[in-house]
Amino acid sequence: MIKLENVTKKFPGMSIPAVKDLNLEVKEGDVCILVGPSGCGKTTTMKMINRIYEPTSGEIYINGQNTLEMDPIKLRLDIGYVIQEIGLFPHMTIAENVATVPMEKKWPKDKINKKVDEMMTLVGLNPEEHKNRYPSALSGGQRQRVGVARAMASDPPIMLMDEPFGAVDPITRARLQNEFLRIQERVGKTIVFVTHDIDEAIKMGDAIAVMREGQLIQHATPSDLLSAPANEFVENLVGRNRSIKRLHLIRIREILDSVNRIDPATVDMSVDDIKKRIDESDIRSVMVVDRDNKLKGIIGVNDLKKKAGEVASDYVQDVSDSITDDATLNDALSVMLECGEGYVAVVNEDDQYQGTITLGDLLHVVKEDD
Amino acid sequence: MLRKLWKWVIIPLLLIVIGVVIVVYAVNNPTDSLVARALTYSNIFKALREHLGLMLVSMFGAIIVGVLAGILLSRPKLYYIGRGVENVVNVGQTIPSLAILALFFTILGLGFRVAVFALFLYSILPILRNTFAGLTSVDASIIESARGMGLSPRRVLTRIELPIAYPIIIAGIRTAVVINVGAATLATFIGGGGFGDLIVTGLAVRRDMVIFTGAGLAALTAIILDYVVGQVEEHLVRW
Repeated sequence: MIKLENVTKKFPGMSIPAVKDLNLEVKEGDVCILVGPSGCGKTTTMKMINRIYEPTSGEIYINGQNTLEMDPIKLRLDIGYVIQEIGLFPHMTIAENVATVPMEKKWPKDKINKKVDEMMTLVGLNPEEHKNRYPSALSGGQRQRVGVARAMASDPPIMLMDEPFGAVDPITRARLQNEFLRIQERVGKTIVFVTHDIDEAIKMGDAIAVMREGQLIQHATPSDLLSAPANEFVENLVGRNRSIKRLHLIRIREILDSVNRIDPATVDMSVDDIKKRIDESDIRSVMVVDRDNKLKGIIGVNDLKKKAGEVASDYVQDVSDSITDDATLNDALSVMLECGEGYVAVVNEDDQYQGTITLGDLLHVVKEDD
Repeated sequence: MLRKLWKWVIIPLLLIVIGVVIVVYAVNNPTDSLVARALTYSNIFKALREHLGLMLVSMFGAIIVGVLAGILLSRPKLYYIGRGVENVVNVGQTIPSLAILALFFTILGLGFRVAVFALFLYSILPILRNTFAGLTSVDASIIESARGMGLSPRRVLTRIELPIAYPIIIAGIRTAVVINVGAATLATFIGGGGFGDLIVTGLAVRRDMVIFTGAGLAALTAIILDYVVGQVEEHLVRW
């Protein structure tokens, strides 16, 4: 899909090239992460793909077509572009921002309107509420979402993203990453994604290209990168705790079937039945759901002694936190550590209970891999 | 709707009515024959016509030249020249308006046209400077994301840069208007006419009423024009 051949970029006045003789191929539908320390040429590489920078030598092909022979404006209109600073247009409403490329492409008005609503919904912003606001009225996370919606509005097959989640707080970042992966699963775009955060690279990438001083050091899948780093530099970049990093690679739902935990109690279940469930449970407590399978809370073995009541709803306590099933095991670990519990309840997007995973489950996964 | 009517019609009309009242009162209640000779309807209208002529022609030219030059100089290729020009402009701005008029008088001689030309040059300065400053202060990331999405340089300018810089450009035009009205009253010294004629006449014959009429009308013109530009500014900036 995207192919870089012997690409070199030398900026005027610099003695060493920013990118040196780089060869890289990105397969269709893949998320390719360019990672490396600052100044390693990863952003320069990305910006040569849509010709924000012109390569000094070498060729870049998209679908077999040489980009250097294409009209740069036309080339860019079909490549989504998100940068760290987002660069939302402050004088335009959110809807106008999202509609930028469709308007450049002169789509009919009703098609644009429909697309704007669709894109905003896709990135989790309520169109009715936010459409007519200006970017200054949004939070950092919301702006980031608008940036992604704007880049995808005309359905470009390719997206270039330069540290798109770099400027938000860690919690928002994890959420945006998970949302992004969920969207990507649906749209399957070819994405070149630049980051300096190796954890983000491992979590988001189908392929990771590690760069250093303008050169490609290793191009591999995340799990190959973890198990077989090409040299000491990559090994240091990946870090010593590689088995923990593996937790980034696995989604909760992938292990949820194998943990085989006890079924949740329903709100109207009697005390005796709850006792039985708790006795069978390895975490000495049982999750409680309502008729729609929505998570209502938790009953621990001690809660039953403290109070009198007949059915589950009399005893139920709030759970400290839950996590969605598309999050990674690493996210689950952080939630457990934050809440000081050895388990976390897993729900789907609609807050329906999917299961519970424990610290033991995570240990098990790490051990199995070694 | 009512607010709009109030802002765009009633307030400007009120200001004009004040001017008309001043004129009618002054013409019909001369304190003596000297004043009566200086303050006739035809004299005042001639001054008004010349004054507006001086301002409108010089402002119109200054806006076009100032904005265009500001745009050109803010383009990356000319940016360093632009920085230099900005410094020259800042120095130019410190020359008093009377000195500018006198300077052009020595070069080009007397008359309405010379006055218009001097005012035009003088008014370019704040417009050029603000256009340049407004355009170069647009965040680089905004321009990069616009370029990266496939907007041509011209589209980036018209859809992104100019609208973002509007408030600063209009502020420059506003400054120019205010300076221009003040300087226009001085045009009389090089034979440019305008309300300055009334003021100078009033000074010569020592009749305060004539001075006040000229000065008051000049001030009122400044207020009205500044108000109108201010309204345009508010109308354009929604964010």
